[in-house]
Amino acid sequence: MSDLNRLTIAEARTGLRKGDFTARELTESCLTEIAGAGVLNAFVHDTPEIALEQADAADRRLGAEGAEAPAMCGIPLGIKDLFCTKGVPSQAASFILDGFRPEYESTVTQNLWDAGAVMLGKVNMDEFAMGSSNETSHYGPTVNPWRRRGDDAPLTPGGSSGGSAAAVAGDLCLGATGTDTGGSIRQPAAFTGIVGLKPTYGRCSRWGIVAFASSLDQAGPMTKTVRDAAIMLGAMAGHDPKDSTSMDIPVPDFEAALQGGIRGMRIGIPREYRMEGMPGEIARLWDEGADMLRAAGAEIVEISLPHTKYALPAYYVIAPAEASSNLARYDGVRYGHRAKLSGGEGITEMYEKTRAEGFGAEVQRRVMIGTYVLSAGFYDAYYRRAQRVRSLIRRDFDTVFADGVDAILTPATPSAAFALGEMADADPVRMYLNDVFTVTVNLAGLPGISVPAGLDAQGLPLGLQLIGRPWEEGALLKTAQVIEDAAGFVPKPEKWW
Amino acid sequence: MPDLTFEEPKAKVIHGTRDDWELVIGMEIHAQVSSRAKLFSGASTEFGAEPNSNVAFVDAAMPGMLPVINEFCVEQAVRTGLGLKAQINLNSAFDRKNYFYPDLPQGYQISQLYHPIVGEGEVIVWLGEGVARRVRIERIHLEQDAGKSIHDMDPEMSFVDLNRTGVALMEIVSRPDIRSPEEAAAYVTKLRQILRYLGTCDGNMQNGNLRADVNVSVCRPGAFERYRESGDFSHLGTRCEIKNMNSMRFIQQAIEFEARRQIAILEDGGTVVQETRLFDPDRGETRSMRSKEEAHDYRYFPCPDLLPLEIEQEWVDKIRDNLPELPDEKKARFMRDYGLKDYDATVLTADLDSAAYFEEVATGRDGKLAANWVINELFGRLNKEGLAIGESPVSAGQLGTIVDLIRKGEISGKIAKELFEIVWSEGGDPAEIVEARGMKQVTDTGAIEAAVDAVIAANPAQVEKAQDNPKLAGWFVGQVMKATGGKANPQAVNQIVRQKLGL
Repeated sequence: MSDLNRLTIAEARTGLRKGDFTARELTESCLTEIAGAGVLNAFVHDTPEIALEQADAADRRLGAEGAEAPAMCGIPLGIKDLFCTKGVPSQAASFILDGFRPEYESTVTQNLWDAGAVMLGKVNMDEFAMGSSNETSHYGPTVNPWRRRGDDAPLTPGGSSGGSAAAVAGDLCLGATGTDTGGSIRQPAAFTGIVGLKPTYGRCSRWGIVAFASSLDQAGPMTKTVRDAAIMLGAMAGHDPKDSTSMDIPVPDFEAALQGGIRGMRIGIPREYRMEGMPGEIARLWDEGADMLRAAGAEIVEISLPHTKYALPAYYVIAPAEASSNLARYDGVRYGHRAKLSGGEGITEMYEKTRAEGFGAEVQRRVMIGTYVLSAGFYDAYYRRAQRVRSLIRRDFDTVFADGVDAILTPATPSAAFALGEMADADPVRMYLNDVFTVTVNLAGLPGISVPAGLDAQGLPLGLQLIGRPWEEGALLKTAQVIEDAAGFVPKPEKWW
Repeated sequence: MPDLTFEEPKAKVIHGTRDDWELVIGMEIHAQVSSRAKLFSGASTEFGAEPNSNVAFVDAAMPGMLPVINEFCVEQAVRTGLGLKAQINLNSAFDRKNYFYPDLPQGYQISQLYHPIVGEGEVIVWLGEGVARRVRIERIHLEQDAGKSIHDMDPEMSFVDLNRTGVALMEIVSRPDIRSPEEAAAYVTKLRQILRYLGTCDGNMQNGNLRADVNVSVCRPGAFERYRESGDFSHLGTRCEIKNMNSMRFIQQAIEFEARRQIAILEDGGTVVQETRLFDPDRGETRSMRSKEEAHDYRYFPCPDLLPLEIEQEWVDKIRDNLPELPDEKKARFMRDYGLKDYDATVLTADLDSAAYFEEVATGRDGKLAANWVINELFGRLNKEGLAIGESPVSAGQLGTIVDLIRKGEISGKIAKELFEIVWSEGGDPAEIVEARGMKQVTDTGAIEAAVDAVIAANPAQVEKAQDNPKLAGWFVGQVMKATGGKANPQAVNQIVRQKLGL
């Protein structure tokens, strides 16, 4: 059977159980595809030996357990380089972690392997998950499988989980792990026409995931369909005593939650998200999304989230503040890159040179911003004030949920994928504006999903975002399923690579 | 401790060349929590292990590793707070203190700046009979210890040992209520005694398990009282912090030196600069480490890897219900129940082992007699040999039997000392030794009379002299004791000698 790599997780699950193909065949199909997709630069460390070994184990398990085998059994995945994978390079796409191979496995990936999933390799990302275009990667940018109609210019897959997004969109794997601190799952999902889910903060363990901003980071699935996201999240999630911020509550059957429709649900349309200068295409897509949900029986209500305009600045204080502290450990003392010193140079020079050589420009910028906002004399004006804004944003959401709103519909991004290099000389704030619709969700710790809903005039995918109540990823997925069904298209880039 | 009342002493006055000055001292004690595992990891805290053998991934700050609070360390901090009669905060939180150093792998220390687990308490520091200083405790917080940098193993390289990294410390912060170098040492001694009673820190200063940072300032007489009335620190002088001392002697020397240094500056018309200083024990002086301007900006902020620490009042109550008897309570009880003097009770309660030993000897016996024997004979001998109470060759049971033999009049005090020596060096049941070696005191008056008669008969000249000078009766007593091998009851001998001599 050819093109197994193009299957969804749900389809592959069926095929594997029916014996139409083996996990090894499925895995080999993906490995072949990866080998031919070097130009996308999505995979940065291939692990074919591990993949085939895990695939064979999955085949044995499928043989032994049949339909009882976990849904993810035999499913080949791409793993974001931010996840520590035992014995496999895990560098957060940074030179400062050059050659680092952890002696431990992150909880989320371990959960996936325990469910029988297969690791194809590590995928590209923005360095330390700091970026919205994958251009800050030490490995160079990932290229979006999508191109503008009649234009060969390479586009960004978004970021920071750009490698994950491109790998899934380009059918190099069936699904990929992502992480989302301010939109890093949802924005690249929107740019590549796939589904990206950021779960409620605390749903997935952060243990073994290189930290960017600990109070915002959350792992989630990036898949071809909403159903696949439900299946994959079920395998990733769960309480982990090794992460104090992981929530000790049961993991529901998210796939089962897709049933039942959304009749009677109240969907909020936040007035403040209708930003000045919003492209007409985005506004139209948003309206169409609301129409789709209304047609499925949901009640559409206009809501207000009054502190939205402060979210982006607050985010760009809190996230760098935490990052400046989280990244202090990369000092060249114990692992990763250490700068060569000249005679007479000591520990201070070792720190300065190591970190200057090891971190890219964007990471350095954020470490400096974070250090600044936490400094004596500035802490109150920046960090403390940002935390107050964060409380207000959380309260905005609490209020609308208390008023009976079940989910909130917004655009996922302010535009479709832009060209690589397009922002090279721009003010960094222009890049940060990519997160304008997504950061509020991280600040409030809520679940959010990006689902493809249409194409722009140049043939590029556009996504809509749904924001849900805490711990109600099930309802969110069900709502996203309605959009996916109503949009009635499977966005696929034309293969050019 | 309603039994123990005290008065607070005046502050020590230092006479400068022109003025009189008083000392104002506050202390920050870093006490290593007694716990087998570290504050945020399961790695062992064992002292003296091979370098870098007690290191979990999180201690080495490997990427993606997360801290998880060790509940036992929290319990120990709560227990310590309760032992210091302090406020226990049911809600506390951890913060990150950021700075770069190779023995700090995370690049930050997890500590509790904004919301410590323990609030205000007190330590009563005894300085003599009925004299004590009440030192207010401002707070106790939990934090991680750092590792150790080793610079003398190689001329080119430095090495790092992370065994200590992440070990739980309690930082116990006092108010500036200490008023002399002696009080400072007494404060540390008392605090260490309480921690050891509680079992929350072994107090081993040599291993660095108890270290002190001392804040010293000087002021003119009367200024401190104005500060206490108003709470306004501006009445006090500028302070300097002397870091990381691990000996009582150094603490006192450092304070003494620092006070005189500050006074000399002030009397010269200068101003004291707020700074961190280090004590150099070889030269007996403090040296500037870094000034306020050079001070690190620690960029404290709440640690996002840890949830706020919430504990239940019920749990705190359970810990309180199971608190051991504390030093002052024990001392009061010893004075009340065993009729001991303040000094003896203080000596016997200095540490738990001594107190337990004494109680075993004293139970069911004369407490004062037991105290005499434990303090004078046993402690005297242990000190001479450099032994700890736990290493005593004479057990409490054995010493108790010796006390019994004295009490029953079976042996004299002098024989008892001989007996103690025998038990010390040979062991054995004291009662059996007395029996087997014929050490029993002779109280049979017939036998004593016979011995007296014999001495009188053999010394007629002395008898004559004694009848003129009754003081010579003692000579006869001595002769009789000698003749009986010291076993005769001396009081009985004395009486019979006087009677026979007609004195």
